[in-house]
Amino acid sequence: MVARLLAWLDDRSGLITAGRHALEHPVPPRTGWWYVFGSATLIAFILQVATGIALSTAYVPSSGQAYESLRFISEQAMLGRFLRGMHYFGASAMVLLIGIHVSRTYIMAAYKFPRELNWLTGAVLLLLTLALAFTGQLLRWDQTAVWSVIVGAAQAARMPIVGEQIGRFILAGDTIGGATLSRFFAFHVFFIPAIVFAFIGLHLALVLRHGISERTRDGSIVDPATYRSHYASLLKREGVPFWPDAAWRDVVFGAAVTATIVLLALVVGPPDLGPPPDPSILEAYPRPDWYFLWYFALLALTPNNLESLIIVLGPLVFGAALLLVPVFNKGARTMRRRPWAPLLVVFIWTTIVIFWIAGERADWSPDFAAKPLPASVVRDQRPEVEQGARLFHDKGCEFCHQVEGYGGRRGPDLSDVAARMKPDEITARITNGGPNMPAYARTLTPAQVRSLMAFLSTRKP
Amino acid sequence: MDPSEPSAVPTPRRRFLARLSLALSGLIATATTVPVIGFLLSPLTRKPPRVWRPVGPVDTFAIGRTVNVAFEDASPLPWAGVTAHTAAWLRRDDAEHFTAFTVHCTHLGCPVRWVADAELFLCPCHGGVYSADGTVAAGPPPRTLPQYPVRVRNGEVEILTSPIPI
Repeated sequence: MVARLLAWLDDRSGLITAGRHALEHPVPPRTGWWYVFGSATLIAFILQVATGIALSTAYVPSSGQAYESLRFISEQAMLGRFLRGMHYFGASAMVLLIGIHVSRTYIMAAYKFPRELNWLTGAVLLLLTLALAFTGQLLRWDQTAVWSVIVGAAQAARMPIVGEQIGRFILAGDTIGGATLSRFFAFHVFFIPAIVFAFIGLHLALVLRHGISERTRDGSIVDPATYRSHYASLLKREGVPFWPDAAWRDVVFGAAVTATIVLLALVVGPPDLGPPPDPSILEAYPRPDWYFLWYFALLALTPNNLESLIIVLGPLVFGAALLLVPVFNKGARTMRRRPWAPLLVVFIWTTIVIFWIAGERADWSPDFAAKPLPASVVRDQRPEVEQGARLFHDKGCEFCHQVEGYGGRRGPDLSDVAARMKPDEITARITNGGPNMPAYARTLTPAQVRSLMAFLSTRKP
Repeated sequence: MDPSEPSAVPTPRRRFLARLSLALSGLIATATTVPVIGFLLSPLTRKPPRVWRPVGPVDTFAIGRTVNVAFEDASPLPWAGVTAHTAAWLRRDDAEHFTAFTVHCTHLGCPVRWVADAELFLCPCHGGVYSADGTVAAGPPPRTLPQYPVRVRNGEVEILTSPIPI
């Protein structure tokens, strides 16, 4: 009975035959675990669609009410907190996995003939994933989200000629307001996912059309004239059906990814909502989620005169580089013949991790919460020294300078400054400032400078 | 050749029909996309009026002090909620004169904070520093902190709503 029903369905739709054909298409042997990251990215995306739809049933995409609806989802709705957690860690997984997938493809040169379009559609998917990550963070419509929109608009405004207009387009007006959030919502849930769906379809159709790339161990050369017949004879000789010979690894890894996301959502939970999205509350410390933290750090650490160049050209150069990769579509594929490929990938990942750590520490941010130095740190009880230590906090020195672990890390640690600099050098620096330090000549009286100097002179090992 | 197969030779009629179909498809696409794109770009053409917003009676501000004031945007949408608020740093210079600074750092737009004892504006994002007069004292900001037009009317301090400086 069931068999007859299925036979009827297949006769009328052709779906079962087509699906079986896709699942059982022959793939090269011994592909191994390196080939699981594309399918895992897809699984993460499907998870995002499912949890995203669920969240959208309760989320109110209105600048004035989104925050309250998020509090409802996080604190009252059944499974709301868990779903937000899944959506957050699903997004993190998707960004991470697509990063690994593109790295793997580049290192193994799987983008070479005839799979150039596989690479290009994948590159578009990478950019779209980053766009989803950015817009998604903004939908967590708290104080940080509001300031992130402004920071995003300010970056766009650095572009010559059209920058200001793009910035206003991002804000949806002259200021943050009622129009801002609805647009990000529409982009995050309709516009970008629709393009993602189309490109995933294309990407998968291309994978079926050209077959997945074979592992190269022998240093063989990709020659467009002979590659297709070489690949066809390889499949004929040693090909195995995708399902289940290769697919089981995808399923095992996908299940592990899903389990990790579920576990993190349960144990760690979603990122906390910050203060409300009120742009008049200035006690704010906006910073992006982890996947853009390295970029935040990059902008903080760039020399000021190069900054506009990086903001404007950085993304363009990144996009152009992605597009240019498959231009070199012939020749060797193995790592030994392309040693720069793994080196480049390692370099990029290392750079991102280093900047990420720098962003996590954010030494360049003044520490507004710095407490006055305790007596155990000041030690010297002469009134002039104690007065200087108090000024060190009150005049903002401590926001940027550390003394024995107290204070910010914007400027040099002053724990033993008296051993490094002569008194008149220190006085000159205080009154005249430096590139990253304001001149205090106008805000400190000579008596205050003397007190500060009395305190700083005690700072020796 | 199979008589039921259409002939490959384009007849004038077929060529006309093909061109007609392409032209009409283009029309459908234009009719769909133009208003959509126009609608998306509409915030760029909408110029909200600039209005004077009262931020408090003159007497509530001490001479020489710089304080944080909040006011409402020019014509907030009814569903804007708290996002319709804007802040400024307001200083009473003397009996009649006030200076209002934007809170947006000229580096990347983050909210600067006035540190009264140090007489500096400090930015929490990348450590930009401005002097009391808004000029850059240190760090990455490329420009002086912009000011809002401010006036005193009937004993009230009023600030003119302005676009976020980006």
